[in-house]
Amino acid sequence: MSGNGTGIGASVKRKEDTRFLTGRGRYTDDINLPGQLYGYILRSGMAHAKIGTVHTDAAKAAPGVHAVFAGKDMEGVGGIPTGWLIHSKDGSPMVEPPHPALALGKVRYVGDCVAIVVAETADQARAAANLIDVEREELPAVASIKAAEADGAPQVFDEAPGNVCYDWEVGDKAATDAAFEAADHVVSIDVVNNRLIPNAIEPRAAIANYDPATGEYTLYTTSQNPHLTRLLLGAFVLGLPEHKLRIVAPDVGGGFGSKIPHYAEEAILTWTAGQLGRPVKWTCDRIDAFKSDTHGRDHISTARLALDADGKFLGLHVSTKCNLGAYLSTFATCVPTYLYGILFAGPYTTPAVYCEVKSFFTNTVPVDALRGAGRPEATYLLERLVDKAASELGMDRVEIRRQNFIREFPYQTPVALQYDQGDYDATLDLALEASDWDGFEARRAESAARGKLRGIGISTFIEACGIAPSAVVGSLGARAGLYESGSVRVHPTGSVSVFTGTHSHGQGHETTFAQIVSDMLGVDFDAVDVVHGDSAKIPFGMGTYGSRSLAVGGTAIYLAVEKVIEKGKKIAAHLLEASVEDIEFENGSFTVAGTDRSKSLGEVALTAYVPHNYPEGLEPGLEETAFYDPLNFTFPAGTHVAEVEVDPETGEVDLVAVTGSDDVGRIINPMIVAGQLHGGLAHGIGQALMEECVYQDDGQLETGSYMNYTMPRAADLPSFSINHNTTLCTHNPLGAKGVGEVGSIGVPPAVINAVIDALRPLGVHDMSMPATSQRVWQAIQQAQG
Amino acid sequence: MPTVTMTVNGMQRSGTVESRTLLVEFLREHLGLTGTHVGCDTSQCGACVVHVSGTSVKSCTCLAVQADGADVTTIEGLANGTDLHPMQEAFREHHGLQCGFCTPGMVLSAVDLANRNSNPSEHEVREWLEGNLCRCTGYHNIVKAVQAGAQAMGGGS
Ligand code: FES
Ligand code: FES
Repeated sequence: MSGNGTGIGASVKRKEDTRFLTGRGRYTDDINLPGQLYGYILRSGMAHAKIGTVHTDAAKAAPGVHAVFAGKDMEGVGGIPTGWLIHSKDGSPMVEPPHPALALGKVRYVGDCVAIVVAETADQARAAANLIDVEREELPAVASIKAAEADGAPQVFDEAPGNVCYDWEVGDKAATDAAFEAADHVVSIDVVNNRLIPNAIEPRAAIANYDPATGEYTLYTTSQNPHLTRLLLGAFVLGLPEHKLRIVAPDVGGGFGSKIPHYAEEAILTWTAGQLGRPVKWTCDRIDAFKSDTHGRDHISTARLALDADGKFLGLHVSTKCNLGAYLSTFATCVPTYLYGILFAGPYTTPAVYCEVKSFFTNTVPVDALRGAGRPEATYLLERLVDKAASELGMDRVEIRRQNFIREFPYQTPVALQYDQGDYDATLDLALEASDWDGFEARRAESAARGKLRGIGISTFIEACGIAPSAVVGSLGARAGLYESGSVRVHPTGSVSVFTGTHSHGQGHETTFAQIVSDMLGVDFDAVDVVHGDSAKIPFGMGTYGSRSLAVGGTAIYLAVEKVIEKGKKIAAHLLEASVEDIEFENGSFTVAGTDRSKSLGEVALTAYVPHNYPEGLEPGLEETAFYDPLNFTFPAGTHVAEVEVDPETGEVDLVAVTGSDDVGRIINPMIVAGQLHGGLAHGIGQALMEECVYQDDGQLETGSYMNYTMPRAADLPSFSINHNTTLCTHNPLGAKGVGEVGSIGVPPAVINAVIDALRPLGVHDMSMPATSQRVWQAIQQAQG
Repeated sequence: MPTVTMTVNGMQRSGTVESRTLLVEFLREHLGLTGTHVGCDTSQCGACVVHVSGTSVKSCTCLAVQADGADVTTIEGLANGTDLHPMQEAFREHHGLQCGFCTPGMVLSAVDLANRNSNPSEHEVREWLEGNLCRCTGYHNIVKAVQAGAQAMGGGS
């Protein structure tokens, strides 16, 4: 790796920016197909109801309407599948009820798809939907975990008694119980992880087309993982073979997990296009996005930490209840289990850890991955609990963490993971320095002089990214592999096309991956283009989520480049009349070792495509594909520090400083990495201080628009201090770990710990997210009696 | 149905619209200018911001007929040929965009600010952008880009 001005480690300006900055991005809603019709999805306004006949005659007769379909029409079509089978403690499989794309017999949440109207214009389709008459009988709803688990609670599904989907566990319960018996101190905590609505700024959209001449379907859709959508939609829902179903995810305006799932609308649209033989386009209104994009988080937990007299952690016991919503979305079931329970060692040597998770169906929007997915929930609980332990034992918050850090690697945790590498002291030290932790008391005094309460909070955390390997996740219930593909095509004149199965929806893959390839091959950065997001162009792919793109997708590309170089050496050896073993490749040249005799990559590529003088038995062409299945997760880690100033009169929390100190592994493009951290921090701060999805008891969504769901805006946030201490991942050749979710995982507990630190002098010892001014003010009033 | 005529990115454009047609619909669907985005239906995200007679306006909150006779600039009309506008260049230089969906609105809002204030403070930028949501960047680099872009514009677009 040579590391030139555009190579690995350089803050190269992004290739994708020119089109985005000039209005030439091509997002799904920007695409129009000849002869297209417009679909409007009629959604349930009731959270739970029996539905009888859906009367569509009036709508069908409305101006411009081509068709109206309801549940009965799609009855023969498969339901929307889920991607991960979880087994309960007793070994029984989770309850997995059917999820018809268009509701059949019952609706189960406000937003459930009831019918599609297809018309000449979007306005006509919307107007006609008002004429549909649905026979329905409202049923009592359960809109929260508490309501779902109550005795005699209404049942979301008859086949799920008590609304329980599964009751799962990880870790050694007996060993953990024994640790508590031997403990000098036990500290416990109850926490709620607030439900969030993802809110990528681009609403979901799709256009489906069917070509009767070829029998081929094409679906343009706002997806983070087009091949996964093809697999689920093709194999499970519509019964279409892969070669007759093309999925294109063009420019996508943010995902954050909400564009992973295969959604009912994708199936409805594709099926409808087949029925009508015309393209059908649908764009989700924001108001409908609130009640149909999968939501995130929504846990209630209670946890206990066992410590010895010196503050050494002996055992951790976590009981969590979580809300899955009304149906099982694609990764819904693994997020609160295999992306959550296995995180509870954190960066600490706690020898015994046990976590149990009971998941419930409710009459709310399905819950799935949201930036961090399970890991923010685990980190929040653990880091709140560690702070509470420090406070109750009268120990320093930093020292209690440091005293329990893991320092020897590889480290096998008691909850399945094996950390390969890390240096938690280094990121902690860096954070303390960058945040001027030691100077805090002076700042606190300065705030106090102005009548304000200042607090500082810390969280030290690890995360597990690039979930893998396939054989392990398969044994745990995953219904897909978690490898990635990469293809590298060197063209005859030496320019390069790179094909990746990951998908970029803001992460800048077109730049980062081009840096890797241009650096390795010694070709100009501008001579490398990256192609993604089209199942007709890319061999296969699992898409982008879980901070996997560089560690898994980047490695696949790396391996494909190595294969290209290997083949190129054979061609060069032939041209140079040397033996292959003597050929070295560096800076774009194949050289006979110890001589100045060389051939450029361009010459070798041209020879590969014009093989007049060519090694015998070698195939022409210079294009290679690699599939990479990682040996392990990657383990980014870090320390986040937040500093707040609270106005005791109003309860308003002013976030004055945020410091990130992170080990994300090898950094290819520091500019892009910083941007990923900024975005994640803002998302985490949103959760900590502003965002909360609220349902009324009857299942009506109270926070159903930007008028009452608070999104972080520019004036709500400070600029961030970003710092790195890098250790390399040991099991991928790039040494990459992942960065996309770090901020939303690490920062929420730091913020809440800071708020509690500020309020502690007033006798406040607990605070829930989001710490709104109302909640803080109430806590102050209560504490002061 | 009413006919509207307006200058869009320097060219005179006309069309027959319904009286309820929004300016953003006219731009995206009648003129094919898909650089202007729609991110919400309650006038809160700012993805749809364009300039109408030199001032930033949420084109989802303006009827096409209200813009009759106006001079409209969309993101497609900001660059000078292949030379990016200084504000576009600043967004690129400072990584003020990730997925790009909020970007057209952000850039056009920022140009309006810069026209009024060639040296805005961080606080002024953050306050000015209260009508523009971004989920990707955490605003950090947008703020840097707007400050740099405003300086590069030197008090005029
Ligand atoms: S589209 Fe959201 S403010 Fe105009
Ligand atoms: S860059 Fe994606 S919303 Fe702003």
